[in-house]
Amino acid sequence: MNFKLIQNIAVSLLLARWRQTLVAAIGVTFSITMFITLLSFMSGLNDLLDGLILNRTPHVRLYKEMKASDFQPIDLQSKKTKQYNFIRSIKPKSERLEIQNSAAIIKNLKSDSRVLGVAPKVTAQVFYNVGVIEITGVINGIDPEAENKLFFFNDYVTEGNYMDLKNIPNSIILGKGAAEKMLAQIGDVVQVTSSKGERLSLKVVGFFQSGLQDIDNVQSYASISTTQKLLGESNNYITDLQVKLNDILLAPNVAKEYQRIYEIQAIDIQTANSQFETGSSVRSLISYAVGVTLLIVAGFGIYNILNMMIYEKMDSIAILKAIGFSGKDVNRIFILIALSIGVFGGILGLLGGFGLSAIIDQIPFNTSSLPTVKTYPINYNPRYYLIGSTFAIITTYLAGYFPSRKASKIDPVIIIRGK
Amino acid sequence: MSQIILEAQGISKSFHDPVTIPVLKNISFSLNKGEFVSVIGKSGCGKSTLLYILSTMDTDYEGNLIIDEVSMQGKDEGELAVVRNEKIGFVFQFHYLLNEFSVLENVMLPGQKLGKYSPKEIKERAYQKLKILGIENEALKKPNQLSGGQKQRVAIARALINDPLIIMGDEPTGNLDKKNSEIVFDIFKELAENYGQSLLIVTHDNEFASRTQRIIEMQDGSIIRM
Repeated sequence: MNFKLIQNIAVSLLLARWRQTLVAAIGVTFSITMFITLLSFMSGLNDLLDGLILNRTPHVRLYKEMKASDFQPIDLQSKKTKQYNFIRSIKPKSERLEIQNSAAIIKNLKSDSRVLGVAPKVTAQVFYNVGVIEITGVINGIDPEAENKLFFFNDYVTEGNYMDLKNIPNSIILGKGAAEKMLAQIGDVVQVTSSKGERLSLKVVGFFQSGLQDIDNVQSYASISTTQKLLGESNNYITDLQVKLNDILLAPNVAKEYQRIYEIQAIDIQTANSQFETGSSVRSLISYAVGVTLLIVAGFGIYNILNMMIYEKMDSIAILKAIGFSGKDVNRIFILIALSIGVFGGILGLLGGFGLSAIIDQIPFNTSSLPTVKTYPINYNPRYYLIGSTFAIITTYLAGYFPSRKASKIDPVIIIRGK
Repeated sequence: MSQIILEAQGISKSFHDPVTIPVLKNISFSLNKGEFVSVIGKSGCGKSTLLYILSTMDTDYEGNLIIDEVSMQGKDEGELAVVRNEKIGFVFQFHYLLNEFSVLENVMLPGQKLGKYSPKEIKERAYQKLKILGIENEALKKPNQLSGGQKQRVAIARALINDPLIIMGDEPTGNLDKKNSEIVFDIFKELAENYGQSLLIVTHDNEFASRTQRIIEMQDGSIIRM
């Protein structure tokens, strides 16, 4: 009953000054709209840039590294003594880069519930032969299906069909930069020499463009068996196991675990790409800062308008008090006014933010380095809407708090006697 | 033996800015139920100040105020608001109606705040009060569409809505012409005589005062006649 009365009075005061109210609400609407658009856009861009690397990077990569053993024969002798051995100039043993027993490891990994999928890979250092010139390059032997499923391989194949790697024997998808250097077209045959001197003719079935020039100039893709043939290895020769997890955050722990179990090197995505994380978090921070500033500015707008309203309504406040409204009631009335401006403006702002994001999402954005992106990226994360609306309520409440307190403290005697 | 509804016990008040000036000096008197009392005195003698203390709006004084056998001492702002709402009806020199609301809503406001009756009853009561004051036809207009005399009558209706123990007026006819003053006085008289309403009216209109049942005259912060 009492609340309804307060509501009634608040609404009447609001409507009596509906133009001011509208201006205040538009301020909130504008700031929420910009807040949401800015964050959606910024985080869309962040996702895009991160995706450039992160989508294609395995969460955990298992490989074998040529390095000297951590455990040297002398350590057997000095075990359990207080000696410490310094050994200089140790050379690694000649070893194959092959992951031993890879088939069993793959089977084991696939049965792990944390693992989304495993894609085996064979990396080969090669020379592309262009006439008499040799260009250094890397051929990745991949399983096209697994690679596409886990790392969106098809997104980066700009011409040709990635499945041809599997269907056409001795085929290759060339990096765009490498292809340009070799003047190769689809259907052409290119000569490739392995580091061991083996030469192979491969048919170009497509072009690959990652958006990172350095990679496109060097890397090409072939099927695992073609690469094995190029290296002169048997069909169980695998150099890398790329593991994608269900939860990327588990990667560091999982990597350590695998390293221990399978006795090979394992590197997680966070360690391998720490710089990206820093970049995106700083960008998000900037967009949050701008968004919050907008909201605070809107808050000051509400503060001003409420203050003005209180000066104008001094008489009304005095009379409300004289006829039995307490300071608390008056306070509630003005807080309610502030909050209704916030809620009304906020809801419009959420809709506006969604609309503006949707419009930006339609604007064409073509860049040669990002073949899959056709329009500006937008991240429609509901979190931004939640943060935006919470902030709208909080700022308007604070903006209303001080004027309301002032209103509640008005001494009716001073106002009434002053006439 | 009539019942005492309001009693002032040794009320004193001083203004401290810039130097201490006593405005009210040890004022004591009591009001009985159904009395129609006027307070007169020269400008600046403290009669309005006294009225605001008696109405509980001004709490900065010494002494004791008893309304309806309850001491107002030590009550907080919220509790005093409840007392004003329930027991005191106020009519000012200026009408102080809220222009955002219709006449009817203005009259209903204190009733809604009290929350003793259902919304429907409050509306009926408001109409009934407006009828007593002869302005029921203006109920749905906004206050700024009414004449000065009509506005003052609406303010009286608003003061009456909760059937207060006492109606206090601070120069309620001060802004009105002779004819409207006459109407307002007649209304007060009728309320006192026909409805047994207690009234305490501050005025400097000696003719108005002379027609009330009892006159309290003040001079320099003290009561010289009552």
